[in-house]
Amino acid sequence: MTGRSFNRKAVSKLLTIVLATLTIALSGCSSDKTAGDDSSKITIGIPQDISGLDPHNITGAGTKEVLFNVFEGLVKPDENGNLNPAVASDYTISDDSKVYSFTLRDGIRFHDGSAVTAEDIKYSLERNCGLDGSEPLIKSFSNIESVSIVDDSHVDVVLTEGDSDFLTQLTVAIIPKSNQTPDSTPIGTGPYKFVSWSPQESVVMTRFDDYWGEKAFIKDVTFKITSNPDAIVMDLKGGSIDMFPRITSTQAEQLKDEFMIYEGTMNLVQALYINNAEKPFDDVRVRQALCYAINPQEIMDFVSDGAGAEIGSAMFPSYSKYFLPELNDTYNTDTDKAKELLAQAGYQNGFEFTITVPSNYTQHVDTAQVVSEQLKAIGVTANIQEVEWNTWLSDVYTDKNYQATVVGIDASTLSASSLLARYVSDSPKNLVHFNSREYDETYSKAVATADDKEKTEYYKECERILSKEAASVYIQDLPEFVALNRKFTGYVFYPIYVQDIARIRPVEQ
Amino acid sequence: MSKVGKKLKKNMRDNPYLAAGLVITGMVLLLIIVGLFWTPYEPTAMNAKEKLSGISLRHPMGTDNMGRDVLSRVMYGSRITLFIAMGTVAIGAFAGTIIGAVTGYFGGMLDEVMMRIIDAMFAFPSILLALVIISIFGTGWVQLLVSLGIAFVPSFARIVRGEVLRCRNMDYVENARLQGVSDLRMIFVHILPNIKGVLASAILIGFNNAVLAEAGLSYLGVGSQPPYASLGRMLSDAQQYMFTTPSYVLCPGIVIVLMVLGFAFLGEGISRWK
Repeated sequence: MTGRSFNRKAVSKLLTIVLATLTIALSGCSSDKTAGDDSSKITIGIPQDISGLDPHNITGAGTKEVLFNVFEGLVKPDENGNLNPAVASDYTISDDSKVYSFTLRDGIRFHDGSAVTAEDIKYSLERNCGLDGSEPLIKSFSNIESVSIVDDSHVDVVLTEGDSDFLTQLTVAIIPKSNQTPDSTPIGTGPYKFVSWSPQESVVMTRFDDYWGEKAFIKDVTFKITSNPDAIVMDLKGGSIDMFPRITSTQAEQLKDEFMIYEGTMNLVQALYINNAEKPFDDVRVRQALCYAINPQEIMDFVSDGAGAEIGSAMFPSYSKYFLPELNDTYNTDTDKAKELLAQAGYQNGFEFTITVPSNYTQHVDTAQVVSEQLKAIGVTANIQEVEWNTWLSDVYTDKNYQATVVGIDASTLSASSLLARYVSDSPKNLVHFNSREYDETYSKAVATADDKEKTEYYKECERILSKEAASVYIQDLPEFVALNRKFTGYVFYPIYVQDIARIRPVEQ
Repeated sequence: MSKVGKKLKKNMRDNPYLAAGLVITGMVLLLIIVGLFWTPYEPTAMNAKEKLSGISLRHPMGTDNMGRDVLSRVMYGSRITLFIAMGTVAIGAFAGTIIGAVTGYFGGMLDEVMMRIIDAMFAFPSILLALVIISIFGTGWVQLLVSLGIAFVPSFARIVRGEVLRCRNMDYVENARLQGVSDLRMIFVHILPNIKGVLASAILIGFNNAVLAEAGLSYLGVGSQPPYASLGRMLSDAQQYMFTTPSYVLCPGIVIVLMVLGFAFLGEGISRWK
């Protein structure tokens, strides 16, 4: 009995000592850390490892957004969706949109110090075309007839068929021909040069001091792979990462006191996509009734505390050149109007349909739930069926065997056609079976036109048709939150999936 | 009637497990039965102004991320959970008992083959098996029930087989056999009634596992379909609000705990029934 109580005392004493030591040691740790911090280096958390280093052989958006800082194409996108000259200092496009002529930027150098030559441009572009008979790495590059060197600083890209949107494809990385191992020693012309890659751990870059444009502010950049989403908040608060792109609104809420939270949009067209070929959605009045019954603002309130941007057609606001904000008001929520339209179409007692949603996207599942609740008001019953992502891809996206679905569609290039092409009635990507002769004609006019202004006008007309015909119930561009340590500032959102680290700078003290 | 009542009373006094099991299960059942006729709010009704509010008089269990009343959803969800658990155990116990009784009674080659198959099924975690079935046949009530049911067959088959093996060589079975009783009658009239105690507690333990398995599957997002939610599904939806609105994750969690605990006590109580 006495032995036991003695033991207990000893244990509690020991515990006190251990705890006290730990407290001191740990507090020592944290104070060391703040002292050693340096705003000329930044650590950025990314959710998955990069898939490779050869810029022409990577597919994952998560890899491209990292390597955006290392490589540049002849032209380079900016945050407003414009294409600015990069490796080329100037370009001209022939009237038939068949010949693109580029002038090499004077004095531009690769990260290894060698000058960029016309030969390198030819090599880089041809590497993607599959001119040696292999499958082209970029599908649209099969349209390139030849890449010819005019003189030391001029290159012509000749197309088989005229395509006035082809410039958006020429963001492909220019790499040195002399580099024999592009998959292990990446050499580009971007504001940062590659230092090292430890798979499953980190990617390290450092500032390229001979960059042709505005040089980066921060010297050393580490992309740290933080695959566990539950650890993001802890890692940010603990200081092991300074920035994390694409956190959830709940995480943003937890971090907003200590971190700078940037709010942007994901550049997706989130909509209740409805199968226009199927009854009752083959009747435009039914589709319009759904548009009148569904309130995007309310959906945003529920799903992301009001963040996000309302859309009224298949275009998101960051493509400001094409976006038409007035289409948000084509269908302002009006239950009576919706009921009237349903009655005209012969569904005065409503109907029942199924929304198929991919279960891994919480925001789409939540949206579907709000939609289902909103449709009750007009007597329409929307059942929700959650399916696994691969099932969704095969059943809904590929086989188009569905009634309705909630999902977000992104744009692959900086052109409006990447969002609008899928509504052409015979397009294999026509997810909703949209069928409108007027649309097909307007779209083909847009593609055929070389004049940018006129082209944009046709694309806008396409958006108006989609809205008028209620091709789908367009809801919103989902919000995106980025957490950045308050030591830094200057994060910018791009209309494409990239992280531009060169723009981030330390806060001046 | 009064005899059973008296026995129940005596057992309640001597057997705290039974008493506790009855009380806890009764509470959960009451919640479900009331939920059949009345819930404080419509379980799917959303309210943007009352998102993620904590426990209050208006909402005794708080609200979820869509402003839906958690109590109403728990009342509805525990019904789904209970239904799936019962269905699962019914399928598992029925098929498992037949397989176990037949293989145990006849033995021989049939026994060897069936038991190796059962062994192979044991090698898979039951959740994994259910996931495979669901990924092949899609999501839905029937698939969920069948897949969980199949996953539960092996454990019942094992238990029943063991018991049948034990009883097979007992004197009363030998006696009956000498009287020329048929095999079928032997299994169902003479042997099975003698193992009902073991079977009853196996069913109740199986019931617990089924509640947890359904919660697990729903947690993985392949169980019940929104906007309605089983308890497990609610738990999974609630996890990201764990620190901001603890009531949302705690309330369905507590009901699952009560359900499992109640049936566990009941199982223990029945096996101690005198």
